[in-house]
Parts: sequence; structure tokens; C-alpha cells
Amino acid sequence: MAILIKPDTKVLIQGITGAFGAKHAQLSLDYGTQVVAGVTPGKGGQVFEHKGHKVPIFNTVAEAAAKTGATVSAIFVPPPFAADAILECVDAGLDLAVAITEGIPIKDMVRVKRAMQGKKTRLVGPNCPGLVCPGPGEKSHGGCRIGIAPGYINKQGHVGVVSRSGTLTYEAVYQLTTKNIGQSTTVGIGGDPVNGTSHLDVIKMFAADPDTHGIIMIGEIGGTAEVEAARWIKENCNKPVAGFIAGATAPAGRRMGHAGAIVGGAEDTAAAKIAVFKECGIEIAVTPSDLADALIRAAKAKGVPLS
Amino acid sequence: MNIHEYQAKALFEKYGVYVPKGVAAKSHAEFDSALGQLPEGKIVVKAQIHAGGRGKGAFTDGFKGGVKLCANRSEAKLIADKMLGNTLVTLQTGPAGRKVQTVYFTAADSIKKEYYLAILLDRATSRPVIVASTEGGMEIEKVAHDTPDKIHKVFIDPAYGLADYQVRELIFKLGLNAVESKNAGKLIRQLYAMFWDTDASMIEINPLITTPSDEVYPLDAKVAFDDNALYRHPEIVALRDLNEEDPKEIAASKASLSYIALDGNIACLVNGAGLAMSTMDIIKHYGGNPANFLDVGGGASKDQVVAAFKIILSDKNVKGILVNIFGGIMDCNIIASGIVEAVNEIHLTLPLVVRLEGNNSEAGKATLDASGLTITSATTMADAAQKIVSLVAA
Repeated sequence: MAILIKPDTKVLIQGITGAFGAKHAQLSLDYGTQVVAGVTPGKGGQVFEHKGHKVPIFNTVAEAAAKTGATVSAIFVPPPFAADAILECVDAGLDLAVAITEGIPIKDMVRVKRAMQGKKTRLVGPNCPGLVCPGPGEKSHGGCRIGIAPGYINKQGHVGVVSRSGTLTYEAVYQLTTKNIGQSTTVGIGGDPVNGTSHLDVIKMFAADPDTHGIIMIGEIGGTAEVEAARWIKENCNKPVAGFIAGATAPAGRRMGHAGAIVGGAEDTAAAKIAVFKECGIEIAVTPSDLADALIRAAKAKGVPLS
Repeated sequence: MNIHEYQAKALFEKYGVYVPKGVAAKSHAEFDSALGQLPEGKIVVKAQIHAGGRGKGAFTDGFKGGVKLCANRSEAKLIADKMLGNTLVTLQTGPAGRKVQTVYFTAADSIKKEYYLAILLDRATSRPVIVASTEGGMEIEKVAHDTPDKIHKVFIDPAYGLADYQVRELIFKLGLNAVESKNAGKLIRQLYAMFWDTDASMIEINPLITTPSDEVYPLDAKVAFDDNALYRHPEIVALRDLNEEDPKEIAASKASLSYIALDGNIACLVNGAGLAMSTMDIIKHYGGNPANFLDVGGGASKDQVVAAFKIILSDKNVKGILVNIFGGIMDCNIIASGIVEAVNEIHLTLPLVVRLEGNNSEAGKATLDASGLTITSATTMADAAQKIVSLVAA
């Protein structure tokens, strides 16, 4: 089990014919992911070929989903068209849209998020590395890789990882795998101020997933999403959790007015978030090199086996 | 992207907002003609920099105040002479301050009362929020902290836009009289239209004033735009003032690098924003001081690495460099070759610690070792940070 996706989840890729989308479609196919369709408007009927794989390309998401059974889309389309691509997934009734695209205007995301209210589709991202559900094979081959994360560093197992940042997620996963601790799912929720899935959303899923025994939560300065997740963990989740907040040394004065500070509240600094983490029983990773060890400490304290 | 007060007010006028007559001047020679366009009477001289706290700021030569009320044109000219070309330090500029390259003259107003008004994105609800307060002209963070009941907010549903009842709600809470209310309602709608149309990320007016004749208008203006949306607003891009930006940051953005200058002496070159931020943190954790934030993005090609090294080294405070790359998809050996070429090309003499992890990292480390260059290899981030800190301290 895992959250959001499984090793055999059928995936379509919007923007599969662009250089970026094509490269990562190939890497996902190499990893053993069920990439069953591509979508590029105007290129319907063509075929994306890679090492013997033949992935049909469709003009629309709805058609691709109907003909192939894909339930998840990875979105690689350029920023001016990305909001539209997300809405197309919602209209096609997909379970999950994962927006990798970086640089989508905030107003577009504000409108998209409003339009998604009450709809079935969940959005992860934008500006995110995507998700990995490791497979049973060599170097976790046979898993579901959606997005741009390196699949081979994963190992099938029982730790859930949620993070805003891509490379910090890889850092955590790599440390875990090196210590022979596998992962159930890793979820990169993205660094944009308006995103589809929050730390709290993912934490709730990890808490409910019987196959996830421990959780690493990686956050950053800005916003209060990590604080909300931490408070929920304190009340509702007894699994061992390790946390890290990046940006303790980021310069605070680099803004023009004060309005952000009154809306953001007092809990958006690294120090404030770390204090809340501690108060909520989350084991702090002192540095990024300490991510896996922090979870091991937390698991030991609760007597929970991680592997 | 930030713009100056005088540019913000010109945009306000485009959206129908009344602003007091004002003229900007970029040279001493322009002062007379600029002042000549203003009515007789009191004049406010305002230094134009992209930072708040100007009124309470001080110039590096000791002259105090980046916003000054003057009795007449000749006094305004004297004050402007002192401001232009001088460096203003405020709470938001950092100790280095900002050089004043434009001054703005405006007619002085009779103020009945000062208010606060801002429009920005609320991350928690993913909606625009309008913030208003009766406590204008002061530090709004302090007001929010000490008397949160004096901060009023309405959240705007992007599907419907700003509703009339929300405008009324704000106005009632500000306790305005009938004429003021009508004027304030118009102004709030105009500013919200501008916020939405232009992809602004923030409009902040402190203070917004009422006059004895019940007019309502902005005395100051801070406006910033969403960088991601600039591609669809060439008219906003034209307002960009490169003088307000660090030349190193401009060079970085041309090379598709994300760079922010800091005041330490250990430069870092990292792939990924989160990893870059936490690399700065870990340098500090082990007693060093980061000189910059630098994210080379997911790829880190040789050309980007060379460009990054050049930008880093243009900061004369830098005494050592830490390269921290997690090669997820990229082959670490290719990155290592890029680093070796870059170091040779720029004849680097400063201590350099490189931590390569991930795809083919062993081959990458071998390439660095075989290069004959004095590059210190590190295994973990903690190892890398400790090594560069001790090399720089030595």
C-alpha cells in the first residue's frame, strides 16, 4: 500500500512531446512506471516510442483517459498553458493531477484552486518534483514515478516523505535507502504559495495508511502550512515523525512593505516553525544530513520498527 | 518585481484613483522644471528607493529622513539636492542602504486622519485579501500584534470578484462619514481592479488619508508584481529599475540562475532552492557565514557552473566556495567535469569544497581527485560544511 498512487497506477503525461516532458517520460518508462498515454493538442494519433515502449498520444486528456484507463496526469506544459492543463484534468475526472511546471502565475493558480473546489481531482504542485511509489525490483524498479524525481534512489518500504523542495526530498530518501530503510511514498508538494496539496493533506493520508510506519516532513520558511500539519500530528498521529525547516539564515529584510507580515502571521519563520515542531513532539533534524537519523531517533523512542 | 512610489501612483491614476499632484526628477538639473509643475505652497520631497521606512531612515552622510515636508519650492530644492545621489539606510534596506537615484516632489495635503490599506495574496485561503485599519501612518506589524481587533480583512472569492457588501464592510469598520465612504468605496474598487488586472502581488498604502473636504487618497504607495506573470505585462516590465537591483543578481537571472547576495564570506553553489537554503543554514550551523544563496536549478550544465563561479567571485568578500550538488538525474561525473573546466577557466585560487552525491557520484569524485586541482571532496552536507568553514577560518 501507499498513498495517492500504487506501483501499477496508469499515468498519462501532458506535454510528452516537449523536451522536458519527453525526457522524464523516458525515465519513468525505464523505471517501470505504467505510462499509458501522452497528451499534446494537435499531435493526437502519433506515438511516443522509447526502447520498445509505444505510448499513444491524444489531443485531449478526456480522450486519453477514456481510451487507456489513465487516472493520473503528470503535467509538463509551459507556464502560460499550465493552469489550463490542470483544469482539463479536473474536467476529465482524473483522480490526480501532478503539476511539475515551474513559474505559473499566482493569479492563475488562485483561479484554478477555486475552480477545483468540490471536484474529484486532487492537485499536487505546481512547481514540484512529483511523487514516487517505489517498486519491488532492483533499485525500486517497477514503481510509479510521476514527475522528475530520481526513482533509483528509492527503496520499497514504510516511511512516508513529504516536502516542498525537490533536492531536499532526494537527500532524505537517499539517506533512508543508504541506511536500508524503505519508503511507502514520497510526495513533493512544491514550493509555490498557492498549491493543490498541503503538508497537512499528505500527513493525514500517511497517518491513515497502515503501510506507512514513520514520516519525514520537510518544510521551508514562509506560510504556516507546516505549523498546521504539526498541530494536527500532535492531536491525531502517533507515528514517529521527523521534521526539518530550511531557511533559518534566509534574509528577512528582503521585502518591500509590511503587509506580508500581518497576513503571514508570526509563525512563518524557521525558528517559529521549529519551536512548534518541538512542542508537537516532532523530532527535529538539526541539519539536512540528520534527516534519516532524526526519524530513527523518533522511531526508537516510540518503539516502532521502520523496516 | 517592485516599482517606485511615483510609478505606482501613475498606475493608480490609470485606474481612476485620485493622487496628489507629483513630479519625479532624476537629476539636479530637472528640479526647477519639476517643482514648477506643482502648485505654490508646501511640498513633500520623497527619496525613491525600493524599501519601506524611508521617513525614519537616515543617509550615510548623517542627513536624516528620506521623506521631508518643505515650506516652499526653494526649500524643497535644497532638500532634494541633499537626497539625490546620497545613500539612504532604513530598517528594510539593510546596513548598506540604497543610493537615491530619483526624488519625487508632491503637493502637501491637509490631513484629517490616516488609515492603512493593502491588497495581497493570503496563502492560507489561496485568495486575495484586502486589509484595512484605522491605525494608518504607523508600523502596521505593531498594530497587528498589539491590537489585532483594529486590523480588518475581507477575502475575495476569485470566481466572483470583489463584492459590494465586502467594500461596505470595510468602510463601516473604518468609521468613515457618508462622503468619505463614497470616495473610499470607489478607491477600493479601483485598486482591486488594478491588483487583479496587473497580476500585482501586493498593493500597500500607508497612509491612506482623509482630508478636511472628505476626499480619500493615497499618500504613499508600495506595489509589487508577480514575477511569473510579467510575461503578459510588458507595460509593467518597462517600469523595472535595474539600479535598485544587485548587479550580481541581474547577471544571475540572465544565466537562469537564482542568486541572492548575503553578507558572509562562504559562497555556495547548489542545485535546488530548498537544498540551497539549507546549505546556507548548515554553513551557519558549523560557525561559518554564507555569502550568497545560489540555485543552479536541476540541470547544472558546465556553462551554468562557469557563470555561477564568475558571479560568486565578483563578490570580494568571498573567501571560500562550497559546491553542493545532489545529482538525482544528472550524472555526477558530468557535473564534476564541468566544475574542473570551470575552475581551470577562471583560475580559481580560493579554497573549494565539493560535495557530489547521487547518480555516479564515485566517478565524479574520481574526476575531481584526478584533476590535480586543490579541490576538497566531501561526503555528506555536514562534512562539506565543516570542511569549508575550517578552510576559510585557517
